[in-house]
Amino acid sequence: MAVTREDVVHIAALARLALPEERVPELVAQLNGILAHMDVLRKVDTTGVTGTAGIGDASTPLRPDTGPQIPLARPREAFAPQMRDGFFLVPRLATHETADEEETA
Amino acid sequence: MTTLSTPARAVTERYEMVVGLEVHVQLRTRTKAFCCCDTAFGAPPNTNTCPICLALPGTLPLLNAEAVRLAVRAALALGCTVHETSIFARKNYFYPDLPKGYQISQYDRPLATGGRIAIGKNADGTPITIGITRLHMEEDAGKSIHDRYGGATAIDLNRAGVPLIEIVSEPDMRSAREAVAYLKVLKQILEYIDVSDVNMEEGSLRVDANISARLRGETRLGTKTEVKNMNSFSGVERALEAEFVRQCTLLERGEKIHQQTMLWDGARGEVRPARSKEESHDYRYFPEPDLPPLRLDRAWIEQIRAELPELPQARQARFAESYALPAGDIEVLTANAKLADYFESVARQHGDAKSAANWVMGEVLAALNATGQSVEHFAVRPADLAKLLDLVRDGVVSHSAAKQIFAHMAETGDPPQQIAEREGLIQVRDADELARWVDEVLAENPTEAARFKNGEKKLLGVLVGLVMKKSKGRADPRRVNQLLSERGG
Repeated sequence: MAVTREDVVHIAALARLALPEERVPELVAQLNGILAHMDVLRKVDTTGVTGTAGIGDASTPLRPDTGPQIPLARPREAFAPQMRDGFFLVPRLATHETADEEETA
Repeated sequence: MTTLSTPARAVTERYEMVVGLEVHVQLRTRTKAFCCCDTAFGAPPNTNTCPICLALPGTLPLLNAEAVRLAVRAALALGCTVHETSIFARKNYFYPDLPKGYQISQYDRPLATGGRIAIGKNADGTPITIGITRLHMEEDAGKSIHDRYGGATAIDLNRAGVPLIEIVSEPDMRSAREAVAYLKVLKQILEYIDVSDVNMEEGSLRVDANISARLRGETRLGTKTEVKNMNSFSGVERALEAEFVRQCTLLERGEKIHQQTMLWDGARGEVRPARSKEESHDYRYFPEPDLPPLRLDRAWIEQIRAELPELPQARQARFAESYALPAGDIEVLTANAKLADYFESVARQHGDAKSAANWVMGEVLAALNATGQSVEHFAVRPADLAKLLDLVRDGVVSHSAAKQIFAHMAETGDPPQQIAEREGLIQVRDADELARWVDEVLAENPTEAARFKNGEKKLLGVLVGLVMKKSKGRADPRRVNQLLSERGG
């Protein structure tokens, strides 16, 4: 399995990353380098080993439905780039330059 | 329902609508799914946030036990199989209201699958049922507000991390009306089992629809679109009609349907394509490494099943059998579990179910609608309403006096007997007093009295009404009727 130029451009778009054209070949090579390691792992014989999504047989731990809320070490304003009226402000999304209509879920 | 123009109807009649719904329901927990922040709606922006739901580095999620219990309860009520092992997965996408850059959801190993609910009956009496493909747990994203500040998007993360269930139906619905019927039944079941506020306006129930059109008789599914942004039942119905007409028109012209997300614009009554968003395979799901699989004990699942209350359809069937009420009454009385409890309590204590039903559907619902109160906080307790109905049945107060007493009860919460005595509303059966009122009415209305005596029997009702008015509702109308008839010669 090899990563193509198109894959890299697509992943950059999903991650909302600006990707200069000249960096594409380098990233293709790096990602393929990582996948080469996966090919090594793939050689391990896993016959009879079932897939796992966690370590051991224990269930994910549960907590009771109570507070208190975990306090922040520093106020939100100290680490948020910009706040107004309690909201975090981010640059207006390119998809919403004109209107408010899309509810995310 | 959207009224289609004649040409549109001519086109749509040749096609069949196929709809599946994805419903997100906010679970009624005190705290979020993976942290201890409060879930209350309407708090000042970003006050219900902590290092976990803000995705600060080094934090780890810890699952809320109550969210699991409520999700299992919902799954069982919808007839699903709850799996002993389910796995949380990361659904990756970049959006400013998703601090981690992924949503914790479930993907290939959901909490529950394979349910079914009945939403009504076909013309031939066979039930219309809708399959539930899956029910899984996930966390909500925050809220993005794009139109408040120029050039900026405002983010409120109070909702980020609130526990949700997503209920995915099979594409079993064949009209917008069926889709709405499904939603209403689903909402009613979730209300009965008390797992959510299911309030569409506040966003605790949100609906996305997958819709396609195909020629009638065709068995293969057409290309579907996803319709979002419908925030009421009527919005769902209108949006599906509008999208169906759009698809039919394209198909009729020989054009292709593009698989895309459409947004409903309720103000304009139209759907339009959403701007680019990832295709589903771009979410790059993978098992959430921070959460081991959720393993549930079969005995615990069965205990949750045993704790389920009577569900709406079972209750409707029982009301029909036990109380012999008309279907219309049963529908109103079982609309929500609390109202049904109230009615049953009154009916059991009073004994006459039809009379209890009439009062609950009439006076009680009118009073609740007028004040916006919920029935569980209503000042007139079922035992007192039953006593009031006893007083009417036993002839202690007249029906019209009972209505006055009820108004006082709704205001003060006092028992009916006490109000009846205090307000002088105990029915008067004393022959002399009744005769005096009758004679006074005849004397005060000589024209009507003369016509009545000359055989105009239709005036009887008018005269009885006048006596009732004079007695301030206290006269026994049957006795008044009798006395007047005697005087009518």
